[in-house]
Amino acid sequence: MAEKSTFERVRDIVVEQLGIEAEEVSMDSSITEDLGADSLDVVELIMAFEEEFGGEITDEQSKAMATIGDVVTHLDAQ
Amino acid sequence: MGLFDGKRGMIFGIANKNSIAWGIAQALAAEGAELGFSYAGEMLQKRVEPLAESLGVTFVEECDVTNEEAIDALFAKVEAHFGKLDFLVHSIAYAPREELGGRFVNTSREGFRIAMDVSCYSLVALAKRAYPLMPEGGAIMAMTYYGAEKVTPNYNVMGVAKAALEATVRYLAWDLGQNQIRVNAISAGPIKTLAASGVSGFRKSLNYVGSVAPMGNVDQEDIGDAARYLLSDWSRKVTGEVLYVDGGFNIMGAPDPSADEKE
Ligand SMILES: NC(=O)c1ccc[n+]([C@@H]2O[C@H](COP(=O)([O-])OP(=O)(O)OC[C@H]3O[C@@H](n4cnc5c(N)ncnc54)[C@H](O)[C@@H]3O)[C@@H](O)[C@H]2O)c1
Repeated sequence: MAEKSTFERVRDIVVEQLGIEAEEVSMDSSITEDLGADSLDVVELIMAFEEEFGGEITDEQSKAMATIGDVVTHLDAQ
Repeated sequence: MGLFDGKRGMIFGIANKNSIAWGIAQALAAEGAELGFSYAGEMLQKRVEPLAESLGVTFVEECDVTNEEAIDALFAKVEAHFGKLDFLVHSIAYAPREELGGRFVNTSREGFRIAMDVSCYSLVALAKRAYPLMPEGGAIMAMTYYGAEKVTPNYNVMGVAKAALEATVRYLAWDLGQNQIRVNAISAGPIKTLAASGVSGFRKSLNYVGSVAPMGNVDQEDIGDAARYLLSDWSRKVTGEVLYVDGGFNIMGAPDPSADEKE
């Protein structure tokens, strides 16, 4: 089985957390506006990303992550 | 046959499936306890309700523990629904995020007040309403952390609030002893939860504690099992205690130099 890309791993977490369909998630999706995450969802998502990818995402970093693409870029760079 | 067959209790502090209170709820429900949940804030409703449903818990009510009228209203409902209570779990803490990092000397008066009100006074407020519902005695339990006893950088004002909470446990244990009600706390090792994620550098201290503690890090299930002890008759004369469920971290004075070679 091919290894999952960062996007796929992020997408799977978002799908699970928000109870949405994988098709709804793209690199351009805004986490709060398009995917409907409330502020607590955002905190829980950050926790889940930290769990999956290791490392700590600071408050400033998480505030700067508006879209799925922002998350993927951050995680790829860390 | 379960240890908690026929026992009724209220659980405060479930926010989501990572909450320690949820670990406790599962442990008690598995032993036959009849539970009620109280949560804070509308945002949590959609998280707490499915969890409650999965355990067959039908009493799920919102209550902000800083609001006296809200607590009175809640306990009126508790009395109407359960009649009597056998136990109560307090698993609530809050401090403004900006207080949970940086220099302790910069703690604000308001941040201090809020941390004390939500994380400490609330135990008194809940005990005050719960004890009349425990005419044949009962057990009350709160959650604390090692930062109450020893300095844990960034935990800051929450460490002070937890020290006050532990003292509150002892004073309540004294006062409610005459009502055959026991009051204890579990001091849990760090666990990744919503509350924990508010503390700066939490992951680092989680890893550190895991490497120093003789038995490594703990999880919600470990706390749930200890809660079975503190809330059941197996601990019938234990009161005013702080029980460490921390993999042994609190007994250590220095990390084991050979720890890296273990694993
Ligand atoms: N996670 C840890 O590492 C750890 C370690 C030791 C002790 N504790 C303690 O365990 C308890 C539970 O925390 P958790 O880690 O499960 O996190 P959590 O975020 O899941 O639980 C904290 C709870 O406090 C509730 N709360 C906050 N303000 C409230 C208010 N005004 N009224 C009513 N409820 C309110 C929240 O809604 C939430 O359910 C806390 O007392 C915490 O300090 C946690």
